[in-house]
Amino acid sequence: MKDLTFATLIAVWEEMFGAGVFWAMVLVAAAITALYVHVLIRDRKMSMRKFLLAQLSMPVGAVAAVWFVLAITSSSLADMGGPIDVLVLLGIAGVGAVGFAILVYVVQSLMRGPERE
Amino acid sequence: MTRVLELAASRRGFLGLAAGGAALAASGGAVQAERVRTTARIAILGAGAGGTAIANRLANRLEGATITIVDGRQQHWYQPGFTLIAAGLKSARYSISQTADWLPQGVTWVPEYAAALDPERKRITTTGGQVVDYDYLIVATGLSLDWDAIEGFSLDQVGQNGVSAHYAGPEYAELSWRALDRFTDQGGVGLFGRPATEMKCAGAPLKITFLAEDIARRKGNRERVQIVYNAQNQALFGLPIVHHKVRQLFDERGIEKRYDHVLTAIDAQRRVATYATPEGDVQTDYDFINVIPPQRAPSVIREAGLSWGDRWLDQGWIEVDRETLRHLRYPEIFGVGDILGVPKGKTAASAKWHQPVVEDHLVAEIQGREGTARFNGYTSCPMITRIGRAMLVEFDYNDNLTPSFPGIIAPLEELWISWLMKEIALKPTYNAMLRGLA
Repeated sequence: MKDLTFATLIAVWEEMFGAGVFWAMVLVAAAITALYVHVLIRDRKMSMRKFLLAQLSMPVGAVAAVWFVLAITSSSLADMGGPIDVLVLLGIAGVGAVGFAILVYVVQSLMRGPERE
Repeated sequence: MTRVLELAASRRGFLGLAAGGAALAASGGAVQAERVRTTARIAILGAGAGGTAIANRLANRLEGATITIVDGRQQHWYQPGFTLIAAGLKSARYSISQTADWLPQGVTWVPEYAAALDPERKRITTTGGQVVDYDYLIVATGLSLDWDAIEGFSLDQVGQNGVSAHYAGPEYAELSWRALDRFTDQGGVGLFGRPATEMKCAGAPLKITFLAEDIARRKGNRERVQIVYNAQNQALFGLPIVHHKVRQLFDERGIEKRYDHVLTAIDAQRRVATYATPEGDVQTDYDFINVIPPQRAPSVIREAGLSWGDRWLDQGWIEVDRETLRHLRYPEIFGVGDILGVPKGKTAASAKWHQPVVEDHLVAEIQGREGTARFNGYTSCPMITRIGRAMLVEFDYNDNLTPSFPGIIAPLEELWISWLMKEIALKPTYNAMLRGLA
């Protein structure tokens, strides 16, 4: 196909995850992002303590994202056949890691409130 | 088939998926061409992948045209899914939708089959006696599976006694999986192969062979099954470079191959298959057999005199210019999809690439000018080599490999990303094609 349209990309994602799961994930991701912005504005700064824990939790998000994609696609790590496969896998892991780190930061901020100096 | 998207709908779309939003930023929506006013009567014969897609495109592009689509089939089948169903990865439902769901407003669907086509009078007569007169005709009937050509075979055998025939439809593909599941549990001799005629998705017989081997291996029963692939000539695939790669993989996986073996008969009770070979008939005992029959143009097309007179005489593909897809004797007739008498391309991927070419020439004709679009024979085959890996083979009339992502997705490498395309990206892009959006 020569053209990639936004509608087609949405359709691919809907097919991949199922429309319900896909849009639920979009809503969850949007909500977490909104909360992240909310706590940043509320606290007026990044908390390095919370950020440290968020960073430490990144491998969990990376592994979870990879596991999720393999589970829905009838495939396994043994199917990686070339460099592009590894790059795609790393990309998925990266997205999972960053997403989970933001989630962990947000949860800490909401539970503990602003850090005191 | 499916020589699905293979239908290849969005190769680039999938890369976009992998690359995330970056691809989005780089591409906008498709540019909408200006609508053209006309009172032309356009008939489309067949509401499969090619017919439905061109109906949607023309409905978007033309204003005031009378567009009539003739097809008696109520169900729409996503044929690239049949291999996945036959390998137990999807259920029959995966490939079934309703014809009516895909047809646009403003197009009249005559839910009957064509009984006769008179290209001189420009008239279609349906099995119910309805008459559809046209100014322009797009032939998109697809092809007929000639099951009767396999002596002793009937579709009610599928799923029993080791008989599989996933080309017959989604339900038969599911029955075929039951036969394959039993075979890979119990062991024995499995026979695979392809007909000597042109066929849709020439990669599909190889895919189901690879999958059978992989499934037996996963079950721990590889030692108990003997898998034999019967090629109809001296090659496993039409492209020499792909033939050699498949041969190498067959050797590595212990899949036996026999050349110049064409299935002509089966004895379902005794489980014996008969093959025509240059040395005469050969009989082979089997425990499992995958039957793919000879394929021909539907009789209504052959009887209408649209076929080539000097080639494919036993098959009847229509006589079109291979680049413009326009009939060489009836310039008001075009073709899309499997029915075309061109050297390559009985896949959904090709049917997708036929669309803009036929649209361009038909609209140009209506406007009184010459069309410029050309079809280069593009065909795509995500060649599954095991569950979880495939080779994304794309090529053209000249046997050139035409990878969509040169240097990124190697065509002859078994890759996970090519499997992902086949398993998850193909169907949505196929659906987008049906709606005329891709």
